[in-house]
Amino acid sequence: MKAAAFKYLRAENLDNAFDAFAEYGDEALILAGGQSLMPTINLRLAQPAVLVDINHISGLSGIEQSGEKIQIGATTRHFELANSELVASKLPLIASAIKHVAHRGVRNRGTFGGSLVHADPAAEMPACAVALGATLVLESRAGERRISASDFFLGVMSTDRRPDEILTSIELSADGPGDVWAFRELSRRHGDFAMVGVTAKARRASERLEDLRLVVFGCEECPQISAVAASLAASGQEPVAIAQAVAEELNPMTDLTGDAETKRFQARSLIEQSLGDLLEGRADG
Amino acid sequence: MKDSNRIIGASLPRPDARRLAAGRGTFTDDIILPRMVHMALVRSPYAHAMIKSIDTRKATKAEGVVRVITGEDLADICSPFIAGIEFLPNMISPPQYALAPTEAAWQGEAVCAILAESRALAEDAAQLVLVEWEELPAVVDPVAALKPDSPLVHSGLESNLVMTLPRAEGDTEAAFAEAAVVVEHSFEFGRQSGLALETRSVIADFEPAGRRLTVYQSHQTPYQMQDVYARHLGLDEHQVRVIVKDVGGAFGLKLHAYPDEMAAVAASVLLGRPVKYIADRQESFASDIHAREMTAAGRLAVNGEGNILGVEVDVLSAVGAYSVYPRTSVGEGIQAVQFTGAPYRLPAFKGRVRVVYQNKTPTGAYRAVGQPIGCVVIEQLLDLAAAELNLDQAEIRRRNNLGPADLPLKAAGGLEIEDVSLDACLTALLNKMDYEKLRRDQDEARRQGLCRGIGLATFVEQTAVGAGLYGPAGARISAQEGCSLRLEPSGLVRCATSATDQGQGTLTGIQQVVAETLGVKFDAVTTEDGDGGSTPYGGGSWASRGLSVGGEAARLAAIDLRRKILGAAAAISQETPDNLTLSGGEIFSDGKSLMALSELARIVHFRQDTLPSDVDCEMNVTRHFLPRKFPYFMANGIQASYLEVDLGTGAIKLLDHWVVEDCGLVVNPLLVDEQLRGGIVQGLGAVLYEHCLYDSSGQILTASLADYAVPLASEMPDIHVVHVENPTSGTGLGAKGAGEAGTLGAPAAVWCAVNDALRPLGAQVWKQPFTAAHIIEALRSANCPQEASELFEN
Repeated sequence: MKAAAFKYLRAENLDNAFDAFAEYGDEALILAGGQSLMPTINLRLAQPAVLVDINHISGLSGIEQSGEKIQIGATTRHFELANSELVASKLPLIASAIKHVAHRGVRNRGTFGGSLVHADPAAEMPACAVALGATLVLESRAGERRISASDFFLGVMSTDRRPDEILTSIELSADGPGDVWAFRELSRRHGDFAMVGVTAKARRASERLEDLRLVVFGCEECPQISAVAASLAASGQEPVAIAQAVAEELNPMTDLTGDAETKRFQARSLIEQSLGDLLEGRADG
Repeated sequence: MKDSNRIIGASLPRPDARRLAAGRGTFTDDIILPRMVHMALVRSPYAHAMIKSIDTRKATKAEGVVRVITGEDLADICSPFIAGIEFLPNMISPPQYALAPTEAAWQGEAVCAILAESRALAEDAAQLVLVEWEELPAVVDPVAALKPDSPLVHSGLESNLVMTLPRAEGDTEAAFAEAAVVVEHSFEFGRQSGLALETRSVIADFEPAGRRLTVYQSHQTPYQMQDVYARHLGLDEHQVRVIVKDVGGAFGLKLHAYPDEMAAVAASVLLGRPVKYIADRQESFASDIHAREMTAAGRLAVNGEGNILGVEVDVLSAVGAYSVYPRTSVGEGIQAVQFTGAPYRLPAFKGRVRVVYQNKTPTGAYRAVGQPIGCVVIEQLLDLAAAELNLDQAEIRRRNNLGPADLPLKAAGGLEIEDVSLDACLTALLNKMDYEKLRRDQDEARRQGLCRGIGLATFVEQTAVGAGLYGPAGARISAQEGCSLRLEPSGLVRCATSATDQGQGTLTGIQQVVAETLGVKFDAVTTEDGDGGSTPYGGGSWASRGLSVGGEAARLAAIDLRRKILGAAAAISQETPDNLTLSGGEIFSDGKSLMALSELARIVHFRQDTLPSDVDCEMNVTRHFLPRKFPYFMANGIQASYLEVDLGTGAIKLLDHWVVEDCGLVVNPLLVDEQLRGGIVQGLGAVLYEHCLYDSSGQILTASLADYAVPLASEMPDIHVVHVENPTSGTGLGAKGAGEAGTLGAPAAVWCAVNDALRPLGAQVWKQPFTAAHIIEALRSANCPQEASELFEN
């Protein structure tokens, strides 16, 4: 299919974009990497009046370290994360997970911020942002707003972003000593959205996992930290028991790849393996 | 050892590959004609609905719109398709219209066409067409479709049964009574589609003054389509010319006449302007033929040694809303039955196929039509019997393989088999894969808690089908292939063939046959295909006939042209033709160079004045070939799969794959190997990934490449290819077909391997594709613990 006609507006700065939001309201859509949006428009599932291209706004892209914080610009492309030495050394979970994001062609254009705002429940980056405790920075005419990733995702392709806001950057904490992480994903084929995925971050101390932030994705409406996993891990439970408890608590959505029972079954296995990865410091992805 | 100077048998790369890789192909969508308009369609959003009214007023006035057409507009100029079979008079086939006038029977059936200055404008206008629908109950489930109280797929039908065809040979009752072991199982096969990289494409250009129609189309057979367009539009056949340029894959799905393509051609007749219609990927999923949807119940009787005593198979084939034109949709079910047990000695056979309509996309011929299903059924039953008898899976196959003493054979399932090399292929396979060692590796893996399986799948492959299939059916489809050769004044040769090439490399193979048979260099020949108005009449490309039939026509033409060349050379040099030979583009007399072919060509074209008047200077020959000695050439082979099942997630990892194939003479090993590999990948897609899913109201759920999973390189195993060459005696060339072997055998190899892996757990898969969810379903129904380490301890 061919896209229905739309206006194209190339924003040179945030103000251009805010002007468009003021004029067109929710008839305006933001174009970043376009890897989800353009197919939707080409299938005429979305027929926006105007596309606001934010790719040329300076300052929205790039990866920087300041102290123990890593700042990632919203339009930083997936391939830049994959190629970044800073990401590899300070955010190894992202470096590992990024290989599961679609295929090279998509990674060449798709953006980190775009993936978060799109909020596909089976996407890798939203789950990683939650597991890593990312802070999202949103800007509007009214100024800057900061929100934690755990609070940002509200449901299937639904976030706390207001229609007049642009996600401009994402702040993450660099890995420190004792930090361990895990990323496991089951997909039909490499590069597909997850049937089920598990990602986790923790501190390993004397064969126990502290501050375990475990997220199961591709399953529920949006990524969230498993409180059960954290408390059982802190009390020194075995991975098999934690996996069982977390899986039982899941409320998976049925999709084309499986029903709730199937996904719970698969999640249990991936959780157990991920906990093993954390305990053994095996960063295999 | 092959002679290194030989061209036939050499692994030559395709000359056209460079052109295509450089982006210089001409696919149908690359063609732009003056005054051309673009077509977009309004398709039924319901699986079954009556069309109460269509309001096109707004759409007609929209920007760039030239005309909006409904079924009513085409009623007088375009007759509907009815795909029947003359020898099956009870087969029911409702008429299928280019644009459905009153009733839509699948979600995606076209009801209105918009012709506009661009495709985008046509799509804009399509959104403005108001159709008043009356939704009717949809028939989706094939079993329910056969119940007496089922709603009907079309309101004009009396029942949803298309036809039923029983077959019995020998005494199956006695066979099952005296059997040492009887095994039985039901198997389900999901719907899939052929999914060519280039979607269906057509440009129709009707010139009203002379009533001439030229159609550019991405298709496997321009000849068939000329007949279809002429008859259904009331045109004279010799005024209709279908030209097939480059085609990006076809796999059977571009073998049919599609109503939407017919609508584009009819629209051109109405408008007197060229009309382009390119199916987009979404409408491809809803309107390209689907295939394979079937359930098959099988039952096998063997004696204490594992020898087959009898087999029974009962197939229910669900074919969608129409029997596809002109080849019908019943071949899949018929072949599934015929090929159950075809490679083996079967003293008694009982089969039945029932074909049923449903409110889904129509199905049709897709690579290896029905054969993969028959292969799965018998290979699964053999493994079940082997397990009962504690026999090795390779051994039970060896005990039942057809051998020289059985051949030639009219098999109990109905097939005629000339000559097959099943034992040789089995031996070659076991050697290549080091079967004994692999079994030891499998045992070792199990001790480590890894669930691995080995599967074997013997197959026979029906190729180069002759006139016996479509002739008695009354279908206007030629099984004969032709080749024209023309000697140019420079001594180079143009070859025009009726065989068509959709990427297989058929033309390269034909070029090799012509060059070697004639005695010129490979580069001295160019090939052309696909112009229904000027290339020799023939079948085109279907049933693996390009080299086996088209190649033989080329060989016969090259022999004739060589005879003419040597005749003229003899006259020029006052020698006798018998003393002359043509080799490497040079004419020799008793081994001594007499003249270059280019010199002879110059004389016969430009200096006939120097020759006696009785010298034949007509250096243009056309020959045709039709398989007559056998109804088809039966190729054969065996495949093997080695894989691992993750019991925690249900994921399957393919570790290795082997194929040993006997397609007779191998004209080009490079191309045959890639045909096999490509076919195997499609077969692996069928068994592991591809599935056209519908909901209970007949809505397709997998209409994009995000939802419909095709196999990708990252998941494919290495595929090891071995050839056994056992040339057919049905031609001088000796080639059988090779196009479908991969797709035919790969699913069964994986079925057997997965069930070999799961058998110690008491679990078994029974429906393809083997999604992770189905593996888990199988494990759960066998009450398997999820902890792999617990599984193999006993």
